[in-house]
Amino acid sequence: MDLDEDDFDEGVQRITGPGESITSSHAFMRGHGTYVDSEEVIASVSGTVERVNKLITVRAVRSRYNPEVGDLVVGRITEVQPRRWKVDANSRQDAVLMLSSVNLPGGVQRRKLESDELQMRTFFEEGDLLVAEVQAFFSDGAMSLHTRSLRYGKLRNGQLVTVPPILIRRLKSHFVSLPCGVDLILGLNGYIWVSKHVKQHEQEGEEGFDAEAVYSNRNDDIDDATRAAISRVGNIIKLLASHFIPLTDAVLLEAYEWAIEQEGSVKDLLLDEVGENLVSSLGSGMRQ
Amino acid sequence: MSSRIEILNDGGFRSDGRKQYELRDVLIDLSQQGTADGSAQISHGLTQVLVTVFGPREAKMRSHTLHDRAVLNVEMSVAPFSTGERRKRSKADRRILEMASMIASTFEPVVQTTLYPRSQIDIYVHVLQQDGSLLPACINATTLALITAGVPLHDFVCAVTGGVHSTSPLLDLTTVEENDIPHMTVAVMPRTQKVTLVTMETRLHVERFRELFELACEAGQTIHKEMKLAVKDRTVVLVGAMDAGLKGVAVDDRDRDVVMEDRI
Repeated sequence: MDLDEDDFDEGVQRITGPGESITSSHAFMRGHGTYVDSEEVIASVSGTVERVNKLITVRAVRSRYNPEVGDLVVGRITEVQPRRWKVDANSRQDAVLMLSSVNLPGGVQRRKLESDELQMRTFFEEGDLLVAEVQAFFSDGAMSLHTRSLRYGKLRNGQLVTVPPILIRRLKSHFVSLPCGVDLILGLNGYIWVSKHVKQHEQEGEEGFDAEAVYSNRNDDIDDATRAAISRVGNIIKLLASHFIPLTDAVLLEAYEWAIEQEGSVKDLLLDEVGENLVSSLGSGMRQ
Repeated sequence: MSSRIEILNDGGFRSDGRKQYELRDVLIDLSQQGTADGSAQISHGLTQVLVTVFGPREAKMRSHTLHDRAVLNVEMSVAPFSTGERRKRSKADRRILEMASMIASTFEPVVQTTLYPRSQIDIYVHVLQQDGSLLPACINATTLALITAGVPLHDFVCAVTGGVHSTSPLLDLTTVEENDIPHMTVAVMPRTQKVTLVTMETRLHVERFRELFELACEAGQTIHKEMKLAVKDRTVVLVGAMDAGLKGVAVDDRDRDVVMEDRI
C-alpha cells in the first residue's frame, strides 16, 4: 500500500502494525516507530501513522513514556547513589536526579557541601514520590531531572494513580486544582498525583523556603471529606483510563460532578455498570 | 510405530476430526492484564498460553545490562493443572528453561533492542493448558504481547508445528500426535519470509524435511493473518476510544476478543 501526498489530508487516521510497509523510502524519511528495509519505510509498532512534511512516524497506541526536555513527570525514588538519586518514571530506564539539581534547605543559591552528600536520605529516600521536570538526556537516552522550582519536590497528602502515558496530553498547566478541594499533578509519564488542595499563599515562598516543610515525610491532617474526594477522583481516573479516554481537567471535572450527582459511595465507581454510565454521560454532556 | 490411536484414518481425517493441513481454532485476547505493559492470551485449540510483557525498563541486576541494547528476559511457568495428569513443575525444570531460552533467541533478532540500551524487557510466559504445539503457542503469544506493549519489532513472528505420518505431512499437532510422529517447530517472519527458529526433538527423514518445512512456512502466513487482524482490531478500538474521548462522544465498548473460524 502506497502513500500519496494527499493521503493524510483527509483527516482519517491510518492504522498500521509491525512489518507493514507504509511508503517508499525515496520520497519520505523514516521517524520513530519505523525502519527502512529494501527501499520501503516499514512500521515497527502498532498504532497511527503520522506525517510531518516528509517525516513518517508511527505512534504506538500503548507504550512506555518517551521523555522530552521540559516535560513534567511524577516519579518514585528507587535508589540513592553517590551525588544522585535514581527515579522510576515509567520510562525505559530509571531517571537520574542529581544532588545539584535539587533545591537544598538554606536558600536557592546555596553551595553544595560534602555534608549534603552524606545526608541525601534526609531529602529523598527510597520509595519517596516527587514531581520534577526533565532537564536533559544522557548519551544513552536516560533522562536527567531537576526540582529547582518551588512547585517541584517531594509529594505528600495524596495518592498515586497510574495510567498509560498516551492518555496524558500536553496541557497549559499540569497542576490542576479541582473545586472539590483536590489538587492534581498530571505527570506526562502517566503517573498522576491526587492530593489535598494547598492554598496558594500557604505554599512556601522564595524567602520562606522551609526545608522542614519541603522535605517532610509527614502528611497534614486530612479530613474525611477530602479523603473521600481524593479517592473519588482517583477512582474516576482509573475508570477513564480503563476506557482509554484521554484525561483533561474538563473531563475530570465533568466526571466528578456526575459522580456526586449519583450519590453513590466512592467504591461504586469501580463497578463496571457505573463506569459505563459515567463514560456515556460524558459524551452527552459535552455534545450539548 | 504402533499406537492405539489412528493418526490419520483412511478418510483423511486426524484423531480430532481435522484434515491434514487444517489448523486448530485460534482465539486471541489482547485485553490489559494488571500492571503489565503488554499482554496477550492465545489458544490454539486446547493449548492456551498467557504472556505478559514488562518493559523496556531498568534492569533489576546491573550485571544483566548491555551498554548498546536491551536484554530480553524470558521466564516461563507451567501451571500444574495444564496437563491431563496433574504435575507440579519447578521453574528450574530443564525443559522449561530450554524452552524459555528458545523463545528468547527467537525474538532477539526481531525486537529492535538497540533502541533501548541498558534496559531489560521482561517476558513472562504462563502455560495454562497444554495440548501439543506448546512452543508455537508461546511464540505467537509473545509476539502479540510485545506488540501490545509497544515494543518495536521488525515483523510478527508466527510459529507452527508440523509432523509427518508415514509420508503425509500434518500441521498444528496435538499431544497425541506429537507423542507418535516425528515433528518440528518453525517460526517465520511473514513479510520477509525469514525463519527465526527451526527445532526438532525427534528424528525426521531428510527427504520429508523440505516439504514439511515449506508447508509450515505457508501455515505461518495464515496464522499471521489472524494475529494481524486481532492486533488491528485492538488498535482501532483504542484509537477510536481516544478520539471519542477527545471529541466527547460516548465510546461503544466492543468485545475485543477475536475469533477466527476459516482455516486453510
